[in-house]
Amino acid sequence: MTPATPTEVMTVVAARALRSSDVCFVGIGAPSAACNLARLTHAPGITLIYESGTIGTEPQVLPLSIGDGELCETALTTVSVPEMFRYWLQGGRITVGFLGGAQIDRFANLNTTVVGPYARPKVRLPGGGGAPEIAALCQQVFITMSLGARAFVPMLDFITSLGHGTGGDHRARLGLTTRGPTRVITDGCVLEPDPETKELTVTSLHEGVTREQVQAKCGWPLRFAPQLPTTPTPGAGELEVLRALHERTDRAHRGSPS
Amino acid sequence: MPFQPLPDAIRALVHDGDTVAMEGFTHLIPFAAAHELIRQQRRELTLVRMTPDLIFDQLIGMGVAKALTFSWGGNPGVGSLHRLRDAVEHQWPRPITLDEHSHAALASAWDAGAANLPFAVLRGYVGVDLPKVNPAIRSVTCPYTGEQLATVPALRPDVTVIHAQRADRAGNVLLEGIIGVQKQAVLAAKRALVTVEEVVDDFGPRSLNATILPAWTLSAVCVVPGGAFPSYAQGYYRRDNAFYLAWDEIARDRDTFLRWMTANVLDKTAEDFARHRRVA
Repeated sequence: MTPATPTEVMTVVAARALRSSDVCFVGIGAPSAACNLARLTHAPGITLIYESGTIGTEPQVLPLSIGDGELCETALTTVSVPEMFRYWLQGGRITVGFLGGAQIDRFANLNTTVVGPYARPKVRLPGGGGAPEIAALCQQVFITMSLGARAFVPMLDFITSLGHGTGGDHRARLGLTTRGPTRVITDGCVLEPDPETKELTVTSLHEGVTREQVQAKCGWPLRFAPQLPTTPTPGAGELEVLRALHERTDRAHRGSPS
Repeated sequence: MPFQPLPDAIRALVHDGDTVAMEGFTHLIPFAAAHELIRQQRRELTLVRMTPDLIFDQLIGMGVAKALTFSWGGNPGVGSLHRLRDAVEHQWPRPITLDEHSHAALASAWDAGAANLPFAVLRGYVGVDLPKVNPAIRSVTCPYTGEQLATVPALRPDVTVIHAQRADRAGNVLLEGIIGVQKQAVLAAKRALVTVEEVVDDFGPRSLNATILPAWTLSAVCVVPGGAFPSYAQGYYRRDNAFYLAWDEIARDRDTFLRWMTANVLDKTAEDFARHRRVA
C-alpha cells in the first residue's frame, strides 16, 4: 500500500475525532469523507445528519451534494428542511457540527461569503448555507481544511460563521452556551483553541511535518503547545476503507445516471 | 381541472416583475419550468431559492432576474456558480441585488410564510456579519424571557414553482424523498405551479402521512416527465452528477454558456425533458 497523502492523513485524523455516540451534522466536501470514514471504521453507531433533512444516513458512496438520493434512501428518516433546522439543530439535538471553509482566522471564525468588500467582492463565494447556525448551535464544532496562506488568514473579510469571535469568553458574552470549534484538523497538524484565550494552538504535528512548514502555510504567527506530539499515523485498515470509499464515489459520480 | 400545458401555465401565472420562488433542495428541482421561463423571456424577476444551483445560474445568466433571495449559491460539491458570480462581480448580463440569508433563516421564513405570519423568529445570526449587510435581518425581544432573537421577513412570493413525482386524476400532488421546503413554499405563495413526472389513477399504497398537496392549493399542474433533470426525482431517475461536474466548464465562459443555452434551452421544448424520465 502506498503511504498516505497529506489529504488522506487529514481525513483519517478528522474521522478519529468522532465517536460512535455522536449525532453529527455533516458539512459537504472534506467533512463528509471524514464522517463517513468514521462510520465505516471505529464509529459504526454514529448518526450522520445532512441539512437536506436526512437523519441517520448510511451512504455507500460519498454524496456530491448534500441532497443526493443515496442519502435519503439509506436514512432512518427524512424530514423537511424547516424541521431539520428548527427542531433538530435549534432544538439542541446535535452533538457535533463538522464544517469546512474557504478562510479561517486565529479564533476559528470562518468565511465562506466573499473575498473583498461585500458590496464589490473580488470573489463571490457560495455563502453561509447551514454553517452560521451549525457553528452556533451544535454542542461542539470540528473544522477540517487544508493549510495555506490564503485560507489561514490574519483577518477575515467577512465572518460567515462564528468561531470564538475575538477570543476569550466572546461566545458566552453573546449568549451562546455551546462550545464552538474545539478542533481544527488540517493536512499538516491539529490545532485546538487555548483554554483561556481561545486562540488556535498547534497541538500535534503530522508525521514528517515540521513547525516551519506549518507556519509557512499560515498567515498569522502560530502558537505551538509546549508538548508537541506527532499525530498518530493512519492505520492500513483506515486507509483501505477510505480509498475504497473514494473509488466507489468516483465511479458513481463520473458515470451516467441512467 | 388544474392540468395545463407548461407554456400556458407559465404564461398565465408568471409575469414580468414578479417574485418567483423555484424550490427543491437538490432533489426535484423544476428545471423544465425554468427553461420555459427563459424561452418566454420573463424579465425583472425577483428570484427566491435557498440553494440557487444550476437552475438559477441559467436564469441569471440569461438576464431574467433583477434580484435574488438565497442562502447558499454554489454548485454543490463542485464549486462556484459562474453565472451568479459574473452577475455579482461584473454585473453581467445585468446587475443583480442580493438578499442573502442563512439556511436556518430562510427555512424559518418559508415556515412563517405558510403560517401567514409577518416574520420568522430564530436563534440565528449570532456574532456574524450578514446582519451588517442585509437590513432585512433584525431582532426582537422575547416578551416572556427578555431574550434577543433574530427575525427575518416571511417569504410570500407571487408564485412558487416546484416539481413533484406524481399527480392523481383530480390534480392532487404527491412528493416524497427529500421534500425540502416545497410544501411551505407552495402554501406561502399567492399562486403555485407544479410540474410532475406522471399522472396516476390512484396514489396506491402509501404512508398515512405522505406529503400531498391538495389540488385546491395549486393553480396549475403540468405533466413534464423528466422535468427535474439534471437534478433527480426519487423513484424515477437519479441525479446526473456527471452533468453537475460538466456544468463548471460550460458556465465558466460567457460564450460557451450562451451557445449551450441556445442549443439546449432556446431551441428545445418541455417535451425534450422526457428522454430523462424513468428507464424501466
